Amino acid sequence: MTRKLITETVMKYVLLVSALASMTIVLMIGVFTLKEGLPAFRELGLDDLLFGRTWRPGEGQFGVLSMIVGSGLVTIGAVAIGVPLALGAAIFLAEIAPKKIQGFVRPSIQLLAGIPSVVYGLFGMVVLVPLVRKIPAPGNAGYGLLAASLVLAVMVLPTIASVSEYAIRSVPKSFREGALAVGSTKWETITRVIMPAARSGIVSAIVLGLGRALGETIAMIMVIGNSVIMPTPSTANPLSLFLSRARTLTGNIAVEINYATGIHEDALFATGVVLFVLIMLVNSSARFLISSKRWD
Amino acid sequence: MRFMYTLRARKAQQSIAYGVLWLMAGISVAIMLLVVGYVVIEGFGKISLDFFTTSPRGGLSGEGGIYSTIVTTVLLVVVTMFIATPLGVCAGIFLVEYADYVKNKAVAFLVGLARFGVETLAGVPSIIFGLFGYALFVTAMGLGFSVLAAAMAGACLVIPVVIRTTEESLKTVPDSFREGSLALGASRWETVRKVILPSALPGVTTGLILSVGRIVSETAIFYVTLGGSYRTPNSLLSSGRTMALHVFYLAMETRAFDKAMATGAVLVALIVILNLIVNTISGRLSSEMK
Repeated sequence: MTRKLITETVMKYVLLVSALASMTIVLMIGVFTLKEGLPAFRELGLDDLLFGRTWRPGEGQFGVLSMIVGSGLVTIGAVAIGVPLALGAAIFLAEIAPKKIQGFVRPSIQLLAGIPSVVYGLFGMVVLVPLVRKIPAPGNAGYGLLAASLVLAVMVLPTIASVSEYAIRSVPKSFREGALAVGSTKWETITRVIMPAARSGIVSAIVLGLGRALGETIAMIMVIGNSVIMPTPSTANPLSLFLSRARTLTGNIAVEINYATGIHEDALFATGVVLFVLIMLVNSSARFLISSKRWD
Repeated sequence: MRFMYTLRARKAQQSIAYGVLWLMAGISVAIMLLVVGYVVIEGFGKISLDFFTTSPRGGLSGEGGIYSTIVTTVLLVVVTMFIATPLGVCAGIFLVEYADYVKNKAVAFLVGLARFGVETLAGVPSIIFGLFGYALFVTAMGLGFSVLAAAMAGACLVIPVVIRTTEESLKTVPDSFREGSLALGASRWETVRKVILPSALPGVTTGLILSVGRIVSETAIFYVTLGGSYRTPNSLLSSGRTMALHVFYLAMETRAFDKAMATGAVLVALIVILNLIVNTISGRLSSEMK
């Protein structure tokens, strides 16, 4: 009996310690990134770092604004392309698809989530970049925000589709029955009853997608061109902005960390802090949206 | 909008809308077929047995196969899972089976923090794990660019995946199992080990396979922690490159797109196989539930 009690106690603490490990990792990541990034904030100043337009490590200039803009634009582009597709697929799967078709469409979309980002990047380089290059515009090399947005749209599609489908499915059946009973068509039921009821879940699906998009690294390095410039339209059409090369916050870290030293390295950790804060903001707004409305 | 009120107009509107939805779903499937099909068709054309058995020759030519990258991938997966599995599974067990019985307020507070930690970790972008791994494991701990450092950073990435899937599968075990076991005089740990874990095993395994998939496809973390040597690693402190990392180097540095595509095809095939295994296990699970 005592041996049993000892095992019991020992195991309880082993399990407890493991449970605390994830918290420790978060803490260490936070502490380490902040500790290494802090000198950059102190020496360069928050203003120069966040709103400085030039990043020239050789000359001691470390402004990440153009990368914040790069990350922001590519994310907006990805969401603009990916959300209609993802929402369409989600409504299709939850409301109108026959069972057999569901059994084919759902795993297909799930497979998109499993494809490694480096394969998306490669596909982008080999297939999409040459296509984008065909658009006539001065200085258009194919690599840039448009190609990156297209790749990223496909990468966030499965996240947004599956979370939205879940949100649509969790709308109570009585809502549907009520709408149909008063003479709505199925489509009217979807647009006027189900979608409004599932709205908070769908918004949080999109926000989750935003978080994924902001965090993507490798595929972005491969197709976005990585030039540290403030993206600007090259023709009279403002959309030509998306033909500009850019660099993301994530790409900035990955491309330079392995050879950076001193203040340059600190500035890259500061880039990490900026990215971390952006993503935490996005994710916590998702959590807030998820918890704000429940039907059950 | 008056015209919409006739029934025929409303039905016509519905048909158009349904057409658009079918189109959206169709495009999504078409994208998958296009990406997977392109990579597999373009890639497998360049694959021979030699491709698997010879190592990359290095240099800028992109010659040689992927032998050493397969070895590195397997080694990295094994070491990462060796670290992540016990931590993740034990954490999952604690959060489901023990957390509700904690009476000490301070411990309860820590458990709350741990839950928050799991949620936060799941949303952290992989390059942050890379940055952290580079700072702590590669530099501060002096492991250098090595399989061990990369595996530790990789473990941080998959631990939340393992914890979550373990929690999910433990929650599906009916409470009557626990009550029955405890009523027979088994202790909590005996109940977990002999009753709950065996019935939750398929779900836990699914989580572990998913994690293997994450490690195989991850590139950003290993780009900044693994070093990228094309040689076969001979210890845990060797530098190396996984297959995914090899694709990146081939595409970005040597511009050997053929070889990159072939390696990418192997990766995609591997992911498809892992997905099939997961689907089979969870398919069997849900049919057992019925």
